[in-house]
Amino acid sequence: MDNNAERSLVEQVLKSISDKRAINIVGGDSKSFYGRTPCGNVLDVSKHAGVVNYEPSELVITARAGTHINEIEKLLAENQQMLGFEPAFCNQYSTLGGVIAAGLSGPRTASSGAVRDFILGVKIINGYGQVLRFGGQVMKNVAGFDHSRLMVGSLGTLGVLLEVSMRVMPIPETEMTVSFEHEDANNAIEFFNKLAAKPWPLSASAWLQGQSKIRLSGTENGVVETIKNIGGEQDDNADQFWIDLKNHDLQQFKQTDFIQRVSMPSAAELSTNPAEQVIEWNGGQRWYFDQDDVKQFQSQVELGNASLTQFRGGDRNAEVFSKLDPVSMRLHQNIKNAFDPDRILNPGRMYKDL
Amino acid sequence: MDRHELSRLFKDFLPGEAVIDHPVSLKAYECDGLSAYKQQPLLVVLPQTITQVQACVSLCSEYQIPIVSRGAGTSLSGGALPHAQGIVLSLAKMNRILDIDEYNRTATVEPGVRNLAISQAVEHLGLYYAPDPSSQIACSIGGNVAENAGGVHCLKYGLTVHNILELKVVTIDGELITIGSKALANPGYDLLALMVGSEGMLGIIVEVTVKLLPQPETAKVLMGVFDSVEQAGDAVAAIIADGIIPAGIEMMDNPAIRAAEDFVHANYPVDAQAILLCELDGTEQEVSVLCQRVKSILNQRGANETRLAKNEAERALFWSGRKAAFPAVGRISPDYYCIDGTIPRKTLGPVLNEINRLSEQYQLRVANVFHAGDGNLHPLILYDSSIPGQLEQTEELGSKILQLCIEVGGTVTGEHGVGVEKLGEMCIQFNEEERNQFHRLREAFDPDKLLNPGKAIPTLARCAEHNAMHVHKGEVPFPELDRF
Ligand SMILES: Cc1cc2nc3c(=O)[nH]c(=O)nc-3n(C[C@H](O)[C@H](O)[C@H](O)COP(=O)(O)OP(=O)(O)OC[C@H]3O[C@@H](n4cnc5c(N)ncnc54)[C@H](O)[C@@H]3O)c2cc1C
Repeated sequence: MDNNAERSLVEQVLKSISDKRAINIVGGDSKSFYGRTPCGNVLDVSKHAGVVNYEPSELVITARAGTHINEIEKLLAENQQMLGFEPAFCNQYSTLGGVIAAGLSGPRTASSGAVRDFILGVKIINGYGQVLRFGGQVMKNVAGFDHSRLMVGSLGTLGVLLEVSMRVMPIPETEMTVSFEHEDANNAIEFFNKLAAKPWPLSASAWLQGQSKIRLSGTENGVVETIKNIGGEQDDNADQFWIDLKNHDLQQFKQTDFIQRVSMPSAAELSTNPAEQVIEWNGGQRWYFDQDDVKQFQSQVELGNASLTQFRGGDRNAEVFSKLDPVSMRLHQNIKNAFDPDRILNPGRMYKDL
Repeated sequence: MDRHELSRLFKDFLPGEAVIDHPVSLKAYECDGLSAYKQQPLLVVLPQTITQVQACVSLCSEYQIPIVSRGAGTSLSGGALPHAQGIVLSLAKMNRILDIDEYNRTATVEPGVRNLAISQAVEHLGLYYAPDPSSQIACSIGGNVAENAGGVHCLKYGLTVHNILELKVVTIDGELITIGSKALANPGYDLLALMVGSEGMLGIIVEVTVKLLPQPETAKVLMGVFDSVEQAGDAVAAIIADGIIPAGIEMMDNPAIRAAEDFVHANYPVDAQAILLCELDGTEQEVSVLCQRVKSILNQRGANETRLAKNEAERALFWSGRKAAFPAVGRISPDYYCIDGTIPRKTLGPVLNEINRLSEQYQLRVANVFHAGDGNLHPLILYDSSIPGQLEQTEELGSKILQLCIEVGGTVTGEHGVGVEKLGEMCIQFNEEERNQFHRLREAFDPDKLLNPGKAIPTLARCAEHNAMHVHKGEVPFPELDRF
């Protein structure tokens, strides 16, 4: 079976340009909940699939955008490697293109980095219907403006992703999770940030319902020694916990269809302590389930120190991401215009005016 | 506009000593670290506050005067080369550390702060700023951001782009914007990534907030000594295939080893064809295990000898030769020219063989230092600019080496930037539609193209000229090389 659908994708984009009709780019359709309500004709990228190149000793994988993310993770695991950003909100249909375009990273973000930190190169179709390559398959590359990272989190508004090269990481020799009781979330935040300032192999942190969890990854002796230092109760069923956390499969997330995300400096204290909240990334990412619970962040959001995302549910025809200042918004519009002057590609998916 | 008139306009809002207009004083600014290119600007201005930067930019915008930002002027690609009708906007006087946020592990600094000064300022907290270009005692953080500078530890700790959280930038309209934040996820496009490595063409960076990392508990260095560069290259691949990410892994070839040894007396084996320096860091327990594993891999892959630095002093000694490789080469040759290509690591053997062949063909010696973990190759071409024609020969050889890097699936610049130097090779690495996309992006920020004009992204005309000179229709470059 030929899984190279590039020509057909280009033709469809060109047709949409000439018809002046918007395109709704879809991979596995696992993230249609995210961003503003999609509009336009569906452009199905899932047929453009397959790993193009993978050399474990180069720490680089290149795959077509429609490749299932779990297929990539499986191949990497066979070679004791993994995606360092732990792709979040994925199911069996999720594709690489969707993961990159949404730019949602998992629990390892605060220690290893986010999606954008692992991307090396892209091949895209821009809003002129041109196929362009940026970046490459090497770790260090400063030739030209960084259009690969620009694609991460741009929600398909700048280009249809065709191919992506990413840096991969070795799977740590050992991973262990320890739990601690912290009634007050502020105590957990303080604890996480104190640990993060130590030279220990932390790879994730989370707090919910009075309990903190710390994951450690590295050589066995290094992890064991660190646990001797920090204490806590060993949690032997933690692997599933971290997967459920990143995919929002924990009870807290499943019992509601309204979820908000607050992104802020990790050590920032809470002024009120909502009953229901989930905190990760040492405090850098916090989840809330009630409109009133995020009011305490409003002033920080207005100062630009924090951002608020209407992550799931609510009115998705309104703006769902924090407002940009007027100069930044103008730059965003200019950039959109530089890639997609006819506003064909996922118009309005990120902001109404993009 | 003429120099004196412009100078008067700037002196309306800048103190007299912050405007340099005398040709003798301007000389200090006529080139950066790539001294083969020189140009006097109309003026140099040295603002000390963000408001002054905004006023400088607004003035240039009004009179359509090109602006070349400058940090410490250590660029190796001519990125800070002045423009004859423009000003140099030096950020060197904006050199204060503004805030150290211990709890969030960040530092906020002005753009003229030196790279190393950041780590020094937070050392007492057990923290440091990870990217460590060899020029770190001199280069500025603003210049690091503009070039996306790397260093010997970027395989594990990343490049500048991975270690910057927030920037304050003055746009060509003189407006101040904040890009990114101390949070790890931000709304909108990743403008932070766009600014990093943009070579002064999208805005003036006036404030930088960096991530600080905990200093590792311990770091150890192993040296592996090899009879061939291929063997050393295989050893690097084997270490990584074993799931180890060293803090740094650097290779030097025989000419580089000899030059470094002559200079710093690090007790390097001068007859070796290649040495590897492999640094492992982390907790005591972790590092002791990793050292054992790396040592046995080096032995398995044919190392004649492995040495573990016994203490901090010896570790520093091992590194001193590598860190001083550029000046060491500078001692054995009147001039040297540093190339900055990146290649897939597995192509190292054939690429070095081809570089040796080219070196013989051009009768110019080449010493190679190599950020082996991430494939970033720095061939140093030894030449003498006082011999007529030798600089041109050197540039031609350099260009051949860069084309070779593209050919094997790499890039023309890993960390030094395109500047004025690699414009021709950019015409090969990117096709016209891709270059036009870069130009449109640039115009999204700077429609009149006043910020560092003539750098980084070649114009159509420039590429037409380059192609006429270098590409012969239908001919594949390096036909003798396997296709990777
Ligand atoms: C001996 C030596 C060793 C080196 N080793 C390394 C190395 O290991 N790794 C590495 O990556 N590089 C290395 N370099 C290259 C150089 O040091 C880096 O590129 C450095 O980041 C440049 O910083 P600078 O402050 O000197 O910038 P400059 O040379 O002054 O400027 C560089 C570019 O940045 C722009 N710029 C500077 N400041 C600003 C600002 N505030 N806003 C907008 N644009 C700005 C300039 O316009 C120019 O395009 C080395 C150089 C030397 C001489």
